[in-house]
Amino acid sequence: MKDLIFTAETQGRREKTGKTNLKNNIMMRRSLSFFIRKYAWRLGVSAVFLLAAIAVNAQIAVKGETVWTMAGEPITNGVVLLNNGKIEAVGTADQVKIPANYKVLTAKVVTPGLIDAHSVIGLNGYMNQPHDQMALDGGGAIQPELRAIDSYNAEEKLIEWVRQFGVTTIHTGHQPSALVSGQTMIAKTVGKDVDEATLVPTAMIAVTLGSDALAGQGKSPGTRAKEAAMLRAELIKAQENVKKSDPPKDLRSQILMSVIKREIPLLITADKAQDIMTAIRIGKEFNLRVVLDSVSDAQLVLNEIKASGYPVIVHATMARAGGDTENLSMEDAAKIKAAGIPVALQSGYEGYVPKTRVVLFEAAMAAANGLSQRDALALITIDAAKIIGLDSRIGSIEKGKDADLAMYDGDPFEYTSHCIGTIINGTVVSDVVR
Amino acid sequence: MIKSCLNILALFVFACPIYAQQKPTAFINAKIIPIVGQPIEQGVLLVQNGKITAVGDAKSVRLSSDVQLIDVAGKVIMPGLVDSHSHIGEGSGGDGSAPIQPDVRLLDGINARAASFQRAQAGGITTVNVMPGSGHLDSGQTLYLKNRDNATKIDDLLIYDKDGKYMGGIKFANGTNSIRPGGGNFPGTRAKSAALVRDQFIKAQEYREKVKKAAGDPTKMPPRDLGMEALVEVLDGKRVIHFHTHRHDDIMTVLRLQKEFGFRVVLHHVSEGWKVADEIAKAKVPASVILIDSPGGKLETLDIKFETPGILDKAGVLVGFHTDDNITDSRWFMRTAGLAVRAGMSREKALYALTMANAKILDLGDRVGSLEAGKDADFIILSGDPFSVYTHVLQTWVEGNKVFDRSDPKDHLIAVGGDGAGTDREMHLDGDEDDLGGGQ
Repeated sequence: MKDLIFTAETQGRREKTGKTNLKNNIMMRRSLSFFIRKYAWRLGVSAVFLLAAIAVNAQIAVKGETVWTMAGEPITNGVVLLNNGKIEAVGTADQVKIPANYKVLTAKVVTPGLIDAHSVIGLNGYMNQPHDQMALDGGGAIQPELRAIDSYNAEEKLIEWVRQFGVTTIHTGHQPSALVSGQTMIAKTVGKDVDEATLVPTAMIAVTLGSDALAGQGKSPGTRAKEAAMLRAELIKAQENVKKSDPPKDLRSQILMSVIKREIPLLITADKAQDIMTAIRIGKEFNLRVVLDSVSDAQLVLNEIKASGYPVIVHATMARAGGDTENLSMEDAAKIKAAGIPVALQSGYEGYVPKTRVVLFEAAMAAANGLSQRDALALITIDAAKIIGLDSRIGSIEKGKDADLAMYDGDPFEYTSHCIGTIINGTVVSDVVR
Repeated sequence: MIKSCLNILALFVFACPIYAQQKPTAFINAKIIPIVGQPIEQGVLLVQNGKITAVGDAKSVRLSSDVQLIDVAGKVIMPGLVDSHSHIGEGSGGDGSAPIQPDVRLLDGINARAASFQRAQAGGITTVNVMPGSGHLDSGQTLYLKNRDNATKIDDLLIYDKDGKYMGGIKFANGTNSIRPGGGNFPGTRAKSAALVRDQFIKAQEYREKVKKAAGDPTKMPPRDLGMEALVEVLDGKRVIHFHTHRHDDIMTVLRLQKEFGFRVVLHHVSEGWKVADEIAKAKVPASVILIDSPGGKLETLDIKFETPGILDKAGVLVGFHTDDNITDSRWFMRTAGLAVRAGMSREKALYALTMANAKILDLGDRVGSLEAGKDADFIILSGDPFSVYTHVLQTWVEGNKVFDRSDPKDHLIAVGGDGAGTDREMHLDGDEDDLGGGQ
């Protein structure tokens, strides 16, 4: 691990590793006395140091030769002040004076913390063994009652991995391999457990249309038409339940009623053009909130997607083409964007290697295939925040938003650049050079 | 003997029309990265009859009056990429009947028209080792191929050695890849895997001895055994083993077997190679490395690192890269070099690993892998710095023929994907009218 940006100008000493900082972040969220009683022994650091560390991390100034705020043009020689977990100020070095007690970090390029708009990590782990693959229960085609938070492992290695590339927020959950595989959640890539990590416990319901959702072996759904019929039957039941004065209390009925009431959107993974059209048809029939996912055939039905008004979380740029995704293109993100459709990028679900993709790499490839740097960065920052409904809080560097930043030693998209630091809620959570 | 004659005949029938570029052609004004030798700003690459005839700056390369000039100012020319481990062509090797199947040839189970060959052209790959497998201790014989255009059959892609024999290696694997607990005659442990392989090589040694004693007398020859014939080629150093191996202990097992039987071997994947870099270097065994975007996916690759190529190179190991297509896609093979540089490998060595190192690994170091006079005219034209994500392969040339041109809409579709990109090759001659010499 190479030490890097930490000039620590005001403190006159170097900061400890990102791991310690990560733990510090956890600590900040607990009362100090409780912490000392319960955890100090485990961390093996003195309470005195902790007090100092909390003070340091509470107030940070990040200087960047280029600061991509994603709210307006990038700032040259910009400064971002972080205080108490939030962004306190952002502007040029002339506009924003750094208070004397702030710890100063510097980087060539500063971006908002990256957002992966659709992942499965935390539920699925890097070992790829039965005990760490929790994003699909084989017990039924329709299981919207399965909560992602009940399977989420905040200490999963893959979460640490993407955090080291600047990813600070993930929309993760049940994988697209059953008609209705379960719920998704939104988490910061930090925290010792699910409670510390979670921003939104139930974000969307994961639905898959097409051959990946076929049950096989004589089970239903065995055809695409059957998939649609089964899904519609559930939604009709939910529509009726909503009208009842004493609706059923069972978990499935409850969650599907909130879909009908437009409280929770469906995340519909649909790659072939006919599946995209089915997603739109069902969404309109029941007046649902829908986010279209993957959409490998988007180029064939761009007008229809645009007319639906549904946003898109497009497949990873380097996703493998094959089966329902045989027509995917590295230019899909650019073409969807050019059509005026709100679009974000995903790492997606991977069954083998790489066990997770890294949205930074995928956005880089999109930038090399038709998108401007800014639009490619928007896919994994502000536009992703909008589609997952958290743009008031994350996705751009603006006063009052969460202090989530990523720092790079060059163009973040270049193969040979490195992420040199990641900040979440005002705390440096990674300082390895990746 | 008869086989060898047939192969020479095949060389004539299939290869001759391709080397048909009569007039010399000079690619001028590009930055040339010859790999062997220093980069040349404003360089000249002179090509004729499918071969490179000169490389240098404008002053050093003499051009004849009939030369055709192609101005590639602002672009970068480097050798065609060599992929030392790929699965393009939908090939199949050994079946589920046995863990060791040296008799099985990929030659007999590959589709030369597969769209994956075109994707490899789009990625700048001009020479490739296509492997059978996996899931066996030995999945069968591999093929070294040239990514020539418009192949209708596998013969159109073969590379022949000086004896007129088509070239290839043999695929081996250890670790969990070939272990099938309760899988009949397949190994259930690592020790069993090694024992099964050692047994086969001892048999091959005996078979070789019998052949030797027969001294050409057909009545004394042992019955022909296709598997033994292939393993004898391995023992004789005529067929290189391409050994899939991830974990450090499995790598050491390969080195142990290599020492026992003296075969020529290339370590493939070597996810934990960084843990035993000095041992690999000491054994003088080359390594072909794959980089994956995140660790894990299986237990043997939990410790995979972007740093591995740089660490192995510094230890003195000859390091190549591979796609293992479709584990990584041939179209972004150059990205592997970028990620290796990101994690500490020098730019020079990373480019070497994409080209010359792999050429050596495939025993083709005298024919491909660098831009030098006398070598095959296999090269790529890039839009910019080979290590930039924004750089595209604009053109790919194999033996003086342009096989990929990003400005051609059909080739662009292959390069980026989209509706119809996955369809296997139809017979068309698009773009070939500007091939030099029109050899089709």
